[in-house]
Amino acid sequence: MLYSIGKDSSVMLRLAQKAFYPGKIPFPLLHIDTSYKFPEMISFRDSYAKEIGAELIVHRNEAAIADGASPWKLGTQNCCGALKTRSLLDALEEGGFDAAFGGARRDEEKSRAKERVYSFRDAAGQWDPKNQRPELWSLYNSRLRKGESIRVFPLSNWTELDIWLYLYAEQIPIVPLYYAEDRLAVIRGGMITLVHEGMRLLPGEKPELMKVRMRSLGCVPCTGAIRSEAETLPEIIEELIGFRRSEREGRAIDHDEEGSMELKKREGYF
Amino acid sequence: MSTLPSAERSANETRFRAFLDSHLEQEMLRFTTAGSVDDGKSTLIGRLLHDTKSVYEDQLASIRASRVNRSGGAVDLSLLTDGLKAEREQGITIDVAYRYFSTAKRKFIIADTPGHEQYTRNMATGASTADVAIVLIDAKAFQRAGELLPQSRRHTYIASLLRIPHVVAAINKMDLVDYSAEVFDKISAEFAALAKRLGLKSVEVIPVSALAGDNVVEHSTNMGWYRGPTLLEYLETVPLTIREAADGPLRFPVQLVVRPNAEFRGFAGRVERGEVRAGMRVKALPSGRVTTVKSIVTYDGELSVASFPLSVTLELEDEIDLSRGEMLIGENQNAPRVSSAFRAMVVWMHEQPLVAGQTYLAKHTTRTVRAAARRIAYGVDIQSTEQRECSQLQMNDIAEVEFDTSLPLFFDAYAANREMGALILIDPVTNATVGAAMIIDAVEPLGKSATQAAGAVFVWLRGLPDEAVALRDALRSSGRAAVIVDDPLIPEASLPGVVRALQLVDVKAISARPSLGASTVAAIQEVAGEGYIESLEGASKCLDGSSNSRETQ
Repeated sequence: MLYSIGKDSSVMLRLAQKAFYPGKIPFPLLHIDTSYKFPEMISFRDSYAKEIGAELIVHRNEAAIADGASPWKLGTQNCCGALKTRSLLDALEEGGFDAAFGGARRDEEKSRAKERVYSFRDAAGQWDPKNQRPELWSLYNSRLRKGESIRVFPLSNWTELDIWLYLYAEQIPIVPLYYAEDRLAVIRGGMITLVHEGMRLLPGEKPELMKVRMRSLGCVPCTGAIRSEAETLPEIIEELIGFRRSEREGRAIDHDEEGSMELKKREGYF
Repeated sequence: MSTLPSAERSANETRFRAFLDSHLEQEMLRFTTAGSVDDGKSTLIGRLLHDTKSVYEDQLASIRASRVNRSGGAVDLSLLTDGLKAEREQGITIDVAYRYFSTAKRKFIIADTPGHEQYTRNMATGASTADVAIVLIDAKAFQRAGELLPQSRRHTYIASLLRIPHVVAAINKMDLVDYSAEVFDKISAEFAALAKRLGLKSVEVIPVSALAGDNVVEHSTNMGWYRGPTLLEYLETVPLTIREAADGPLRFPVQLVVRPNAEFRGFAGRVERGEVRAGMRVKALPSGRVTTVKSIVTYDGELSVASFPLSVTLELEDEIDLSRGEMLIGENQNAPRVSSAFRAMVVWMHEQPLVAGQTYLAKHTTRTVRAAARRIAYGVDIQSTEQRECSQLQMNDIAEVEFDTSLPLFFDAYAANREMGALILIDPVTNATVGAAMIIDAVEPLGKSATQAAGAVFVWLRGLPDEAVALRDALRSSGRAAVIVDDPLIPEASLPGVVRALQLVDVKAISARPSLGASTVAAIQEVAGEGYIESLEGASKCLDGSSNSRETQ
């Protein structure tokens, strides 16, 4: 199970616990660590996996990281390509995994709206939107030949609101970054970027204390925060209902060019 | 919020919790839209999303800024749903796209399917899980043609074939026919006649203009003559059929045997029909063993009852043999059909056609078996919805087909229950999903020998001419060509060549010759490979019992 530490992963993990109860989850969790994740995410990941007794695999593209791969140096597209897509494909191959659960939802992005629940990938891990298996009723075709794989998206039909309501109803713990708090941040390219260790400030940038929270968790440099007063789950939900902007708006990777998510997915992106 | 006085804050919180609870209980309705390229389907969905305030500002801004606007309106709402690049370029929807929105009353999932003729498969896919089908009818095009367009009839037929419980015709582009009640009445009458012929039970007709927004979410001020609901009002109030499935006899296909430790053995799965109770007497299929449900186990504690569509783990009183692909049913309830032969309506979804004699994998509930297509009974002309001759199924064809399976399936007719009557067909070599089937009923299983001979190239029933004739006829009735090659004009030396020639045209050769030389047999074996069959189980007793004891040569 691809575990990104985000809210959707947290829901998917709970569903897996329920599905196999009273047994344990019979597969490991896989986290693709780009080295740019928020430190709060990493500590949450380690303690939560331990708490629920799940096996955790962490995979990093060490070669690219040692090479200094960064969004500043490579651009967001190539950085994601190296640290996420390549890393994911390597990890799946290394583990010999021919199926992986992911927490993607169809309501996140236009090209994801056409994603199957069982998303078939060829031997190179690539997605061809014209060569997907039709899915009827709740009958899924999971048959594979050697080298092929499937990404399974159990949350396909969930909306962002569904996710938050479920987190609330089930009292599922999430990374504290989702809750509003006074945090040091700068505004960079119109995005509220949290100040973190080792970050180089650009000329003229002055970190300020702002009451902000993350609506979606990714890498520090490419994930913007939003100004918010929501300190609890009900407050987040209330805020969400009032929202008139989509959740992936703060994610730089989706906006590089029109249709950019579809391109990434064709290449093997999650 | 922290600035509010505490009394007001707690009142707010109470109200908010009530809101959350009502949301958690909210009903969900799935509907499918079908329409051809110019019917304005994407615009209609865009309108529903836009007018229910389900579109985010940044999404709206991005379509406003788009270079493309094919709508003739201020904003091209169809851009909200046309997801993939190819579609944006060609201006057509080429796959099933799913959309989500909610109102205070219900949550909705839209399966947006293309109306192009070659995409029947996508329509069937979207329809398979829908509660409601919206059939779009272009009022202007109707006026021009003087009748319903073929695609409207096709969509309505597919809705009836997939048994979507409710069908609503949205008569679109009313603005282009001057909001005329007369045009609407004419279309309504034609649609009602079609719905009646197809046996649809719940039908509604609504005049709309997706472009102008009439009767989609807001009541139209341009059609004072129309007193019915808007499209959204209809979607918010049409009754859900989930209860019907929960009221039927229990069907619990086992997905997984859960054995976390030596003390616990449970059977995980989804209640596909009816309900299961702790203490209930249940019967396992195919073993027929009867036992009692000890407990219904879930992560959130034990339940006393679980009904469709809940997923649970059942613990049983007795250690009985039960595994994935098998089923628990209520002991004293209606049992499903148990059969290794059935007939079904098939929607073909692959470029490689279905022909009689081909073997596929059939996935039905949690059970996967081999299924050979015995015979195509008839095809359906999707324009006229009438039966037609059909020798093979091309992509997007619909036909009634008979199948023989390697193991029995436990099923109900699709008409009685979708989950228990539906199956998908998979190509065993490429693993592609090639077809969808809706079971009508069981049929008589084929004679054992005909089933065995399905993959044969040459069958030698040594000295059994009656059996050879019976086998030929059984194969022919199952749609497979077969001939007896014992004509005196075919000398033994020519037999391998004759078998080869027949193999090339996919005809099975049968011989009842009392003897064949070793070199002839070797040559035929070389041609036929695994298709060389020398004896058939039960062949000597003959296939259908019709033979008498005529002397063999």
